[in-house]
Amino acid sequence: MKTQRRTARLLAVSTRAATMTASLAACSGGPSTSTSNTGSEQVTLTYGVWSQEETMQKVADAFEKANPDIKINLQVNPWTEFWTKLQVGAQGGTAPDAFWMLADHFQIYADGGQLLPLDDAIKDANIDMSVYPEALVNLFNYSGKQFGLPKDFDTVGLWYNKAMFDKAGIAYPTTDWTWDDVKSASAKLTDQTAGVYGIAAPLNRQEGFYNTIPQAGGEVITKDGKSGYSDPKTQAGLQYWVDFIKDGNSPTLQQMADTEAVAMFENEQVAMYYGGSFYAKRFYDNEALRAKVDVTELPAGAKKATVINGIQNVGYAQSAHPNELKKFLIYLGSEEAAKIQAATGAVIPAYTGTQKAWVDSMPDFNLQSFMDSTAFSVPYPVSKNTAVWNEYEMTELTKAWQLEESVADAANALSTQMDKALTEEKR
Amino acid sequence: MAKGGVAAERRRPHSHLREATVGYAFILPALVGIVALYLFPLIKTAYLSFTKTGVFGDSTFIGGANYANLVTDPTFGTALRSSAIYTVIVLLAIPISIVIAALIAQVRHGATLYRIAYFLPVVTLPVAVGMVWRFIYNGDFGLLNALLSLIGIDGKAWVADPTVAIFAVSAVGIWTSLGTAIIILGAGLQGIPQDLYEAASLDGAGPLRQFRSITLPLLTPSIFFVSVLSVIGSLQMFDLIYVMIGRNNPALSQSQTIVYLFYQKAFVEGNRGYGAAIAIALLLIIMALTAIQFRLQKRWVFYG
Repeated sequence: MKTQRRTARLLAVSTRAATMTASLAACSGGPSTSTSNTGSEQVTLTYGVWSQEETMQKVADAFEKANPDIKINLQVNPWTEFWTKLQVGAQGGTAPDAFWMLADHFQIYADGGQLLPLDDAIKDANIDMSVYPEALVNLFNYSGKQFGLPKDFDTVGLWYNKAMFDKAGIAYPTTDWTWDDVKSASAKLTDQTAGVYGIAAPLNRQEGFYNTIPQAGGEVITKDGKSGYSDPKTQAGLQYWVDFIKDGNSPTLQQMADTEAVAMFENEQVAMYYGGSFYAKRFYDNEALRAKVDVTELPAGAKKATVINGIQNVGYAQSAHPNELKKFLIYLGSEEAAKIQAATGAVIPAYTGTQKAWVDSMPDFNLQSFMDSTAFSVPYPVSKNTAVWNEYEMTELTKAWQLEESVADAANALSTQMDKALTEEKR
Repeated sequence: MAKGGVAAERRRPHSHLREATVGYAFILPALVGIVALYLFPLIKTAYLSFTKTGVFGDSTFIGGANYANLVTDPTFGTALRSSAIYTVIVLLAIPISIVIAALIAQVRHGATLYRIAYFLPVVTLPVAVGMVWRFIYNGDFGLLNALLSLIGIDGKAWVADPTVAIFAVSAVGIWTSLGTAIIILGAGLQGIPQDLYEAASLDGAGPLRQFRSITLPLLTPSIFFVSVLSVIGSLQMFDLIYVMIGRNNPALSQSQTIVYLFYQKAFVEGNRGYGAAIAIALLLIIMALTAIQFRLQKRWVFYG
């Protein structure tokens, strides 16, 4: 019995507790070599993405056809795992050769020496960087080096349900709309007894307060790298959303945690939704919804603004085949690759002049508004370790969205924490 | 037999060494595995907890600063509280399992069917379990609130309301842990000699008295084993929070468990050193609680 008990104890304590810690330390291995052999004719490059599998396979196929000696192995990891796997892979030397990157994750990879600088490749291939929106190019420049070529971009628009507007007898939103128009329309569209709301005011960055903050003249992060949340203008951009919840013209934050705001828009429980251009295809593929919804530019606050963000293709610094990798990355940034992607309607390609195919791919929607919005777009706010203060945004602003604290109190507390994190990351 | 004994006698001078060598050779594969997969990561994690380690393994030694931050970090306090609530509530699965296991033992036909039914949640993907319960708990369209509305109760947004979310998750925790407990306790029940019951009924003991004086005392070793496993498992809960609460949920900061916080710090925010400190703190907590349980078992566990 004694031995039995001891075994139980050993099993229980050491195995279970250690497995947890094992996952942490497992990511501290040294660099490993790529499986493919440099001596052989064929070189295999892995390409890590989190969606658009079909489209990206088409792009990879087209590249392989033009470069028979390079094989592209598409690796799809869903969004929820993508970043964790990439971090662990980058540290362990097993990250894909080429992979997608976003602005809020970019600087930590560039600073950590994980990315392949592309300046010489860009120069050799004679790429004119002005074919991409400038805000996007700058997002992926770190200490004077260019690490990514823009793949696509997204801006945010005001999606609305025409049928619900008709029913309430209100004219559809136009490019001239302001915040006040949204407020009065949302009040008229709301019918709480029927469970119908004028607008959804989720706690969203890219599709929510990162747009209204610059519209109010505020900033998330200032030019000298400080938090902008103590600025009353920034707080006005937050108050805009909280008011919808306070007035009962938006579902509560709890309701939107149970059912995603975008799903409520699709279910016609919500008449207006601030949504990215990336939702166009999803709404378009929904037969019942397609004829009922349309989109226009975001309404103006003190001024017009939309946040612009996008995926870039970057290379892994420890790739065993840097030359082939550069060739592939340059191709991914090319007009041909952009056209393949535009035709599927999955995303707006970043290459200027190729977007028309995307706009035309869904003629029922006014997708041109997303293109026109680039004129007043502001870059997605990031710092080196964006994830840290992103977490503070969620915990602190939740209190304001839940109507437990005033926007000023929540935003000021956030500002203090964020400044601390921004000082910390510079060390 | 005798011949072998003589031969062994003759070889004695070498045999100890040789036997030892052979013995070590046999355990070598297992030893390598344990050292590489358990011991090394454990030591490495302990070391990391004294460093500031970034996303890509760049580390500087900072002494006990991570632990000092941990003690003053309010989110760690909240995470401890959530984990404690979850652990205590999930322990309720044990009395429930005893009753169910005893009932299944009475079933003449189809006992296996019941065992399978209760064991299914154990072999179901936790993510799938979490998703299904998330739908059941949905405040606007959930099955639970639909049932509650039949009796005139206006239910909450169970997994989005910060005041109740951890309790809602704990209820699922009970449900998922019933299966293992029923199997172990059921085996314990079968190990109780039938003649004890016969003797007891001859002495005039009723079913309740039999349960209290025979079943329960003889089941205590199994109960103890299940409770040790349950506490350790509960303190390491992550998946249900990740799937049922998730990000962008106002209930998250009040409901996140220690391991969720570990994940957030180490993998989302890229602060591996701090994450390691959380992991080591959890290891110490689990060791302490397990040690206490082993100390206390002398008072109530009956090893017939």
